[in-house]
Amino acid sequence: MNGVFQVDNLSKAFGGLTVSRDISITMKEGARLALIGPNGAGKTTFVNLVTGQLRPDSGTILLGGENVTRLGSVRRVRKGLVRTFQVTRLFSDMTPEEHVTLTVLQREGRASRILSRFFNDSAVAGEVESLLDALGLLEVARRKVGEIAYGQQRLLEIAIALALKPRVLLLDEPAAGVPQSETPRIEQALERLPPSLAVLMIEHDMDLVFRFARHVVVLAAGEIIFEGLPAEVAANSKVREAYLGSYANARQHA
Amino acid sequence: MQLVARTNPVKTLPATGGQVLRDVVGVVAIAALGVAGYFLFPDNLALLTRLIALALLALSLDLVVGYCGIATLGHAVLFGAGAYAAGIACVNGMTEPLTLIAIGAIAGAGAGLVMGTIMLRAHGLAQLVLSIAIVQLFHEAANKASAYTGGSDGLAGLSVGPLFGVFEFDLWGRTAYLLGLVLLVVVFIGLKFIVASPFGMLCRGIKEDPIRIRAMGAFVAPNLLKMFVISGFVAGIGGALAAISTQVVGLDSISFELSANALVMLVLGGIGTLYGAIVGTIIFMGFEHIVSAINPFHWMTMVGVLLIAVVIAAPQGVSGLFDRLWSPAGRGGRS
Amino acid sequence: MRSVAGFGTAERDTSMQTVFSIAIDALAYGMALFIICIGLSLTMGLMRVVNLAHGAFAMIAGYIASYAVRDLGIGYVVAILLAIAGTVAISIPLERLLYRRIYGSPQLTQVLMTIGITFCVIGITNYFFGPTLKTIPLPAALSQPVDLGFRSVAAHRLFVMACGAVVALGLWFFIEKTAFGIRLRATVDNASISEALGIRTQAVYTISFAIAMGLAAFGGVVGAEFLPIEPYYALRYMVTFLVVVSVGGAGSIPGALIACLVLGAVDTTGRYLMPEFGNFFFYAAVIAIVWVFPRGLLGKAQ
Repeated sequence: MNGVFQVDNLSKAFGGLTVSRDISITMKEGARLALIGPNGAGKTTFVNLVTGQLRPDSGTILLGGENVTRLGSVRRVRKGLVRTFQVTRLFSDMTPEEHVTLTVLQREGRASRILSRFFNDSAVAGEVESLLDALGLLEVARRKVGEIAYGQQRLLEIAIALALKPRVLLLDEPAAGVPQSETPRIEQALERLPPSLAVLMIEHDMDLVFRFARHVVVLAAGEIIFEGLPAEVAANSKVREAYLGSYANARQHA
Repeated sequence: MQLVARTNPVKTLPATGGQVLRDVVGVVAIAALGVAGYFLFPDNLALLTRLIALALLALSLDLVVGYCGIATLGHAVLFGAGAYAAGIACVNGMTEPLTLIAIGAIAGAGAGLVMGTIMLRAHGLAQLVLSIAIVQLFHEAANKASAYTGGSDGLAGLSVGPLFGVFEFDLWGRTAYLLGLVLLVVVFIGLKFIVASPFGMLCRGIKEDPIRIRAMGAFVAPNLLKMFVISGFVAGIGGALAAISTQVVGLDSISFELSANALVMLVLGGIGTLYGAIVGTIIFMGFEHIVSAINPFHWMTMVGVLLIAVVIAAPQGVSGLFDRLWSPAGRGGRS
Repeated sequence: MRSVAGFGTAERDTSMQTVFSIAIDALAYGMALFIICIGLSLTMGLMRVVNLAHGAFAMIAGYIASYAVRDLGIGYVVAILLAIAGTVAISIPLERLLYRRIYGSPQLTQVLMTIGITFCVIGITNYFFGPTLKTIPLPAALSQPVDLGFRSVAAHRLFVMACGAVVALGLWFFIEKTAFGIRLRATVDNASISEALGIRTQAVYTISFAIAMGLAAFGGVVGAEFLPIEPYYALRYMVTFLVVVSVGGAGSIPGALIACLVLGAVDTTGRYLMPEFGNFFFYAAVIAIVWVFPRGLLGKAQ
């Protein structure tokens, strides 16, 4: 059965270096997939490929059964394929309220309008407020993003993604760089994601992966080496080798 | 658990009002300054009208540089397009001043469309160089097409009809000045609305991080092009005003030098506020009037020193300096 | 003038003569541009500084050489060396005081700072030397035509071409083969790692800047026949230099060479055949090239 999001045999090489080889993934509505793997396994490259920042050499990407492989990144977002960034990309001079309002307006096709006020529509304002509230950002809604805590910035990234009403959400290390004390907040936000949304998460924090994911895919050197339940990951010899091997390599290099 | 930095607890967000008040005060101040100029310098109204025309150019440049983050050294193309379009229309018998302004605005917008289309293809240094090449190309073209533009002698002999059929463009330039002032205020208010609109916000976002904007599902280039067209519209009004008030259009109105000067004015005043464009133009023109009367080369040295000083001491421009001095928290007051 | 054997041949002969002199002028002009611009290409490509004041330094050198030859009666070659030394001496404190602040700054900041420096140089030069054009008289050996057997060519043109070739080869050798070249490329690739490896990056920058200025000075003097020395030189050719570098691709020696030769040819041909169009063709070519190659002919990815 086809899922809402399906990647078939995706490959990409930079010169002679293959960074993705024959990657296939299927996600159904409500899927909670974690994509893990040692550093340099090609996880972020994978996100860049499926969201259209990079062009794959071969393979197809289907979104709701529609082939989006040839579409640009903006069109994919508009069809419901939305990502967050590993390193926060926010406008430091703007407030969270402005970020989310801009995103909602964009989704409604009104962000390019000249003859309307930015904060004018009560329906938009209501949606923005409930989104910020859901992620616990209401208190800092009117502060410049440059002044709020990093954990809150990560939450804002998620709020922006949700404001686009995605069908598939790709979270690139949502907890990266967040102090330990703030991770529960991120976890909470992840638990509250709409149940029907298909979510793919890249994450290093294994606790978070085990709590969040119902399905795990392990990537090493651009290839899928394991696919299965979270409980089976640790026992898999290939996975152990990939992780330990990379540590062994790292020691050799050091 | 300390998750959230302490702030005033607001459960529901109140309406924004402070910025609007601030802008009303700003617009009133510009109008008042303009009226004061009318009474204080009755003998220098021609100079003040030129100041307004250049302020429109600087405002137009601020839209592109300050709100979209595109560095350009060829913005006089848009100004010159407006000036020549109005001038040529006037010589060919279209003498109604408001129509001429409209013609200038439309020509400027057209030039903005062309310039934006070419410039947005490149990035960074290549973009800057394209802007220069475009202004030089138009300069040469205007020089060559002397049958229409008067070439290096300039397009002279513009006889503009009375405004509303009543107010003649008199020798002292009263009508031209007041027309210019009204245009400036109207344009300024219009631009304040535009930069506060969703589109204005989107452009600010593009300036900071186009990749983020794309990830939000918005296209970058079409919106930048739109801003170029708006910018051209404003610069075109400035060009037409200059043409009407001086009744001459010279090659200098479509030159690299004018483009560079406009950038200097904008940077002196501070980019990305709209106020900075006007403040910078006043400072620049004021100094120029005083110093170049003594020796034009001293003037160049001084502009040079001013520029270096701005880069070193006040990267936010003069208005940014005021903001820093006046708000203790050190927040920039951006609209 | 050659003897006129018949109407047809005479016409063909004059047109051949025109083509030949255009070619020689284009080549020499392109080489002069190259000597000036390659320094700018280095600053922009390797040090990532948009130095709009580059032409101002070429102009300073022109003034020094002119003063040395005309007022002090010094020989041409010595005057060139003097001009290079003088220009470098002026540029080093400017690098320390001003340029160092804008390494790594946004482009707009660099543009503003260097336009500011240009304006200052123009104003000050005019204050001391006046607005008139300054010539650098050529020595007898360079002002004579040289007979190549089938045509005779002005010696100065050949001299400029030779200088261009020497600069191109010398620079290539310097960057690719010497120890300093290795340090320079390492610093450009990653300044912090280079510093950790014991390379004094500040010194590398200062030396590279001085070399760029020296090349500007050299080009300014030998190219004065094509780009005459006057106070507005710095502004008038600022655009030309910048255009050449971005067309060639900043930091690329062969790119700059090709760009100079192509644009020199376009410009010279345009001036010969359609002088009333001025620089029109030059800028049209620039827009066309940048449109097709937004990163320059041989530019690296940004």
